[in-house]
Amino acid sequence: MRQRRLIKLAAPVVLSALVLAACGDKKEETPGGNGGGDNKVVKIGVIAPLSGDLSALGLGIKNGVDLAIKQANDAKKIPGWTIQLADKDDTATANVGATVAAALAADEAVAGVVGTLNSSVAEQVAPVLNQSKIVMVSPANTGVKLTGRDKLPNQQRVYANYFRVATTDDVQGPFAAQYLLGTGAKKLAIIHDKKTYGQGLATAVDAEFKKGGGTVVLTDTINPGDKLFSAIVTKIVNAKPDAVYYGGEFPEAAPLSKQLHDAGFKGPLMGGDGIYSQKFIDNGGVVSDLATSVGAPTDKLPSAQAFVEAYSKAGYKEPYEAYGAYAYDAANVIIEALSKALVGKDKVDAAVRQAVIDETQKVSISGVTGQVAFDPFGDTTTKVLTVYGVDASKKWVAKKTDTFK
Amino acid sequence: MTQFAQQLVNGVVIGALYGLIALGYTMVYGIIQLINFAHGEVFMVGAFGGLFVWTRVIPDGTPAGIALPLVLLGAILTSVTVALIMERFAYRPLRNAPRLAPLITAIGVSLFLQELVRLYYPRCSAADTVGESIPRCGVTQGREYGALTDQQFPSLISGPNIKVGGVQIPRVSIFVVVVAILLMVALSAFVRRSRTGKAMQATAQDRDTAKLMGINTDRIIVVAFVLGAALAGVAGVMQGLQVGTVGFKMGFLAGIKAFTAAVLGGIGNIAGAVLGGFLLGIVEVMATQYAPHPFSGGAWRDVWAFVVLIVLLVFRPSGLLGERVVSRS
Repeated sequence: MRQRRLIKLAAPVVLSALVLAACGDKKEETPGGNGGGDNKVVKIGVIAPLSGDLSALGLGIKNGVDLAIKQANDAKKIPGWTIQLADKDDTATANVGATVAAALAADEAVAGVVGTLNSSVAEQVAPVLNQSKIVMVSPANTGVKLTGRDKLPNQQRVYANYFRVATTDDVQGPFAAQYLLGTGAKKLAIIHDKKTYGQGLATAVDAEFKKGGGTVVLTDTINPGDKLFSAIVTKIVNAKPDAVYYGGEFPEAAPLSKQLHDAGFKGPLMGGDGIYSQKFIDNGGVVSDLATSVGAPTDKLPSAQAFVEAYSKAGYKEPYEAYGAYAYDAANVIIEALSKALVGKDKVDAAVRQAVIDETQKVSISGVTGQVAFDPFGDTTTKVLTVYGVDASKKWVAKKTDTFK
Repeated sequence: MTQFAQQLVNGVVIGALYGLIALGYTMVYGIIQLINFAHGEVFMVGAFGGLFVWTRVIPDGTPAGIALPLVLLGAILTSVTVALIMERFAYRPLRNAPRLAPLITAIGVSLFLQELVRLYYPRCSAADTVGESIPRCGVTQGREYGALTDQQFPSLISGPNIKVGGVQIPRVSIFVVVVAILLMVALSAFVRRSRTGKAMQATAQDRDTAKLMGINTDRIIVVAFVLGAALAGVAGVMQGLQVGTVGFKMGFLAGIKAFTAAVLGGIGNIAGAVLGGFLLGIVEVMATQYAPHPFSGGAWRDVWAFVVLIVLLVFRPSGLLGERVVSRS
């Protein structure tokens, strides 16, 4: 009798012990997990244009981050924690960006932000997030001054929390010069439009081309808005360059190329991403003209195959566009940093946010766009660029994708 | 030497264009002392009118020899229509208003016409890509580049350049200069010989007296606007042919340059506008090529053009061929 009663009593006890033990097993995976709930929440924010003209790019960014988060949660990348997405629409407007950044900063669970698309928006968003010590990793900003690396000789980092996986504008010039030298060009004419973008490119090309043993036979300028270039064209043709580099944008570059070739110039006209546009070709660009653009077409990257597959399997409505893969890498950078910084922590607080920034600086992962790591200014150390050329069918085609060293 | 001759040719071609537009400024100023700042936009609208005929009216595959006169006609019709509407509704109601009012109105008309053309063409967005995500209208990295509505203009005059000595002359340039000079001569003959032309001269000399003599001065003013607009329309097509693109902003720069040419030659004087145009074109081109090093190049050429203008105005305040104007009140 007694024994039977004991069994009756013992059965549930043992059972519950077993259940408890099972729970315990699970918990042991959380090193030093001091009894908190199993599903602590940490959020990764996204600030990008999710509506308006640029929404296709913005939604690609959001989906890229979403994919990275889902994969990390499925793989229990950060034991004991669930990552959630907090996406905000900046409408590609700087002050809207600042407002939504403040909203994210006020959310205590947010420990990192992927964004923004536009450099101009980032200039407003980065300081807001920096105040709350939230790490920000941009998949798309190319504006050089965001990191402060450009302020020679007194380089100084602008925002401690700001990182980016996008290649910056300033390497386009040297990359173009190296490419031209590689094609055997010895004499170069450099024309620019005196704007920050165009002059910056022209100066960089000039320095690199000379360094590589080439001669710059002519440096000249035009006025933005000019369309009749006969005088400068005569000057260029008489200087007999092998190629012409134009620092500026396609509205002037296209007529310049047309008038140059009408006047009998045979070499290519090369420019930066300001002329990488179908309009350049439609409005006067000729076969063999060249342009550089930062980054690489995602579907051309061997490392991106798995990403492209996973993305299409996940069934997002919108394509990943130009920055989906970069956003995916940016999110993985933050997840990697979180997995180190959240060890033994109960909740996201100021110390954790600071730790995430410190860990982000140290991150080195192999992403879908290449090896991802940061220099002391927060710029990516892998600078991928692509040279495009106009082919016979009057389209831009990728000629060479390479890492700039 | 070849280089100098080549640049001289370049200068004459640009100057012909300036001169054609400058005529519109000078005729209107000569008659009603209005600086019609919207004249640059009449030039721009003319170019777009020609483009419209090419893309929407003429069937594809029309030979260039037939298309070119039709495009020119379309340009002239468009710019003349715009000038007529502009004169009737923007300037005529202000005929007796203080001088400043029509001037401000001209700026308003100018902005209105620019925006009208800009809005006619759809905007492009970053998502608007071709094939392997090549931006269609120059929007990369989330940045917009330049005038999004620059439109392709057909090259109706093609063929290899004509070589004279070492100088290369594009066929378009020959067309531009020949047509411009023909038009200038025709205009000059019209103003000197025809009845309407003589009435224009009379109105320019003294509007009230001309009215007393039985001249319908309102009609004469309209004629001045129409003639100027027709020339500007032709100039618009010429610019399109040379550059290969037309844009809604093209009228601003051309307008400023042509106005400068008109002042250089003596505003109000028809021969002066032509002379001023050629002079300005040649100075600009020579400055690009020959100015001393730190002050040379495309960027400085406008500076040199205005240096010439200022120096000239110091010694001849009324321009090259301008007559000293006794105060007109």
